[in-house]
Amino acid sequence: MDSWETVIGLEVHAELATKTKMFSSALNSFGGKPNSNTDPVSLGLPGSLPVLNEKAVELAIRVGLALNCEVQKSVFARKNYFYPDMPKAYQISQFDLPINKEGWLELSDGRRIGIERAHLEEDTGKITHVGGGGRIHEASYSLIDYNRSGVPLIEIVGAPDLRGPDEARDYVSELRSILVTIGASDGKMEEGSLRVDCNVSVRQKGDKELGTRCEIKNINSLRSLGRAIEYEAKRQIEIIESGQKIEQQTRHWDEAEGRTHKLRSKEEAFDYRYFPEPDLVPIEPSEEWVKEIADSLPPLPRDRRYLLAETIGVEPTETSLIVQRDLDGFALKAISFKANKKRVLVHLENNLADGTGELTPEAFASLTVMEMNGELTATQTKTVLAELVRAGGDPQEIAESHGFESMDNSELEEIVDRIILENSDDWVVFINGDETERKKKSGFFVGLIMKETRGQADGKMVNQILSDKAKN
Amino acid sequence: MEATEIAKKVLSGEMSARSVIEQHIEIINKIEPDVNAFNLVTAEQALIDADEIDSKIASGETLGPLAGVPISVKDNLCTRGIETTCSSKILEGWKPPYDATVIEKLREAGAIIMGKTNLDEFAMGSSTENSAFGPTRNPHNLERVPGGSSGGSAAAVAAGFSPLALGSDTGGSIRQPAALCGVVGVKPTYGRVSRYGLVAFASSLDQIGPFANTVSDAALTLEVISGHDPRDSTSIPEKPLDISGVLNQGIEGMRIGVIEELSGKGLGGISKDVISRVEEAIKVFSNAGADVESASVPASIYGLSAYYVIAPAEASSNLSRYDGIRFGPRTEAATTAETMTATRTKGFGDEVKRRIMLGTYALSAGYYDAYYGKSQRVRTLIMNDFAKAYEKFDILISPTSPTTAFPLGDKTEDPMQMYLQDVCTIPSNLTGHPAMSVPFGSGEDGMPVGIQILAPAMAEREMFQAAKILESESGKDIE
Repeated sequence: MDSWETVIGLEVHAELATKTKMFSSALNSFGGKPNSNTDPVSLGLPGSLPVLNEKAVELAIRVGLALNCEVQKSVFARKNYFYPDMPKAYQISQFDLPINKEGWLELSDGRRIGIERAHLEEDTGKITHVGGGGRIHEASYSLIDYNRSGVPLIEIVGAPDLRGPDEARDYVSELRSILVTIGASDGKMEEGSLRVDCNVSVRQKGDKELGTRCEIKNINSLRSLGRAIEYEAKRQIEIIESGQKIEQQTRHWDEAEGRTHKLRSKEEAFDYRYFPEPDLVPIEPSEEWVKEIADSLPPLPRDRRYLLAETIGVEPTETSLIVQRDLDGFALKAISFKANKKRVLVHLENNLADGTGELTPEAFASLTVMEMNGELTATQTKTVLAELVRAGGDPQEIAESHGFESMDNSELEEIVDRIILENSDDWVVFINGDETERKKKSGFFVGLIMKETRGQADGKMVNQILSDKAKN
Repeated sequence: MEATEIAKKVLSGEMSARSVIEQHIEIINKIEPDVNAFNLVTAEQALIDADEIDSKIASGETLGPLAGVPISVKDNLCTRGIETTCSSKILEGWKPPYDATVIEKLREAGAIIMGKTNLDEFAMGSSTENSAFGPTRNPHNLERVPGGSSGGSAAAVAAGFSPLALGSDTGGSIRQPAALCGVVGVKPTYGRVSRYGLVAFASSLDQIGPFANTVSDAALTLEVISGHDPRDSTSIPEKPLDISGVLNQGIEGMRIGVIEELSGKGLGGISKDVISRVEEAIKVFSNAGADVESASVPASIYGLSAYYVIAPAEASSNLSRYDGIRFGPRTEAATTAETMTATRTKGFGDEVKRRIMLGTYALSAGYYDAYYGKSQRVRTLIMNDFAKAYEKFDILISPTSPTTAFPLGDKTEDPMQMYLQDVCTIPSNLTGHPAMSVPFGSGEDGMPVGIQILAPAMAEREMFQAAKILESESGKDIE
């Protein structure tokens, strides 16, 4: 297995956060009564004509710019196929001239993944198969809700640059975070506003050629994405290792069974008979408009990672978690109040996963300073921090109310001596034992001393005293 | 009576709208059984609308320029709550929940809709014989076709059912039946009239336009229905046309070219009597002070070939929505796909199926470039050749149709012969330019002949000025 490499390219569809649909004034909103947000255009009634929603174009350009794409003159095309959820029997999409082409997205580890294109298209209606476990072949009848029909989508086609389930998940998280940050989409995978189709192939490490790929549909969460890729890569490797060839297929991810199964082969693929949509004119965004949109973009996750990393003096990979949690602004504010930068990073990463609550950047800053000055031990700092998150307040007062005062060293040394005396057998093991025994006994002594000092001793100092005494 | 005259009399109170409608219903009742111009006569509603016009006049309200004027509309224009069938079984019984923009504009102008007129199914044909509801007959000779696809509208005007009608023109479907029925028919510049509510055949070619007995009535109707519509993205952002004000300015010094490729010298099949009428028209224009010369538009002869790839390609996509799922009759079968197939097999006629298959093939992977791509390049060539011709000429002329109206059944077995009917009219759809047919004398068989006047994009006014001259000199008894 170790000689194999999994190659992944993702196609992400995101619903754009417009008020109305892509080509009509029917509302774009999730969860309404079935077929309440429809009109002649979204039902594809004879004689109806599409009129492009300018906001959808603006949001698409925002996405393109945020993904470092070139925004170009684009043309709508009809993608023809028969399906009951597709009222016109064609989807208005973009084909050879997408609105955005050739960009990149940076993963949290700094690796850049190519974006081939990000184009505009309309969503389809939604079919519910009733009876037969919800599957079309066994269903007794099907219901169609056209509320989603005509909702604007951006399809972001990534290059086959991803190399495993973790990278794929990281890519989607980062993309989602970008879409939400720039206000293009709410990015809710569970409501279907963000949908991922996944192309998977495998090859021997070092090979230049790509293997035959399969496209996996019906992935509804980041977790399924990882599971589906793992399953599919394993399936393909097994086929190749048994001397067979991979058939290019579209496959369906079954979350309950934890496997993919075949939907159709390449031969059965639709011929979409794309041609330019004659009911619409090409989109030619002016340079000024594109510039205006670029200027209005908020700082992107990547920029924020870099800014925080530079401010603290660490690598951007170390700040990605904080940016993902949207705590980088808080961090920068605390640092502006002269917080200890490294402690800011540590606490935000480890102790503030559930948010900052009532904690203010000022209080956070003074807390890190108290910690660094040795006024508080690490354990005491954590206690005070939890209190600040819960109820706010002044860290100095909280520390005093808990009776947290740093012990002076002579007092600490006396306690250490007393405990060594009381546990002389263990002390001998600590001094003469092998590595494992030493470690075990070190934990034993630190625990006792902490208990004795009610947590007021500085852990580092205790260790220092213990090892000094062991040498003598 | 002319539409302009009716409106004048209704507005002045000299005639009631009700009496106008009653007179026309009487004519319909008498002649319609022979002609079959209508899929549906909305007589009852027309009388209600007439009474409303009359009461508005009585209360001194301002009314539009078509107050009380009866108009027939092609049955591929959506009318709210009124069956719109495209003369196809697949839409039988379908009542649109909205009015086409042109219908709204007609109502605002005070026009009264008399009914929905017959057409070749989905506007595909040149004789109105492809209607699922039986052919329309030419009021000048009931054994002859009225042309098509807007044959019902042309016949309605020729038979006196209404002084005005609306049709749609994708490859000549207004101009050719106008010529064959001896009435005026206009295809405006693409985008001049909103297509919102016109059931699409070939979206890049379709355009709505008027039929009338006179050039000035046609001008007035076009004024009413033209103008920018935000619901049609291909609508030109211009105000409604004003033609009437310049209609009688004459053509002194106008440079007129006779398209030689479409007037007997390039293509065969154009009958001698039609060519003779073109020659007479040249004299009329010269006598009126125009500078008439022969013009060459070499690529125009390829129009028909390009058209029969582009139009079916777009149609194959436009007509895919008729699957029995959301509207129209459904033929149930075991699976969804089989239901769609059964519905479409039963619902579409032969010509529609032929064009869907042609278009589907032309757009298929591997054939796209050879057919659709190439046809679009031919379309560009034709545009370039017309652009060159318009450097030398203000307008161009040609026959509208190669022949006068032919007998029913004459061409139904030979689609190619039928397609050739549109050889002179198709180029204007491919270029998007305006063109109109003006009745001008008759052929050896006594049937009407139409002269086609073509103009560059947006030059409807010059086109109408020439039409007015031709009309005044045709020697035809114009009412």
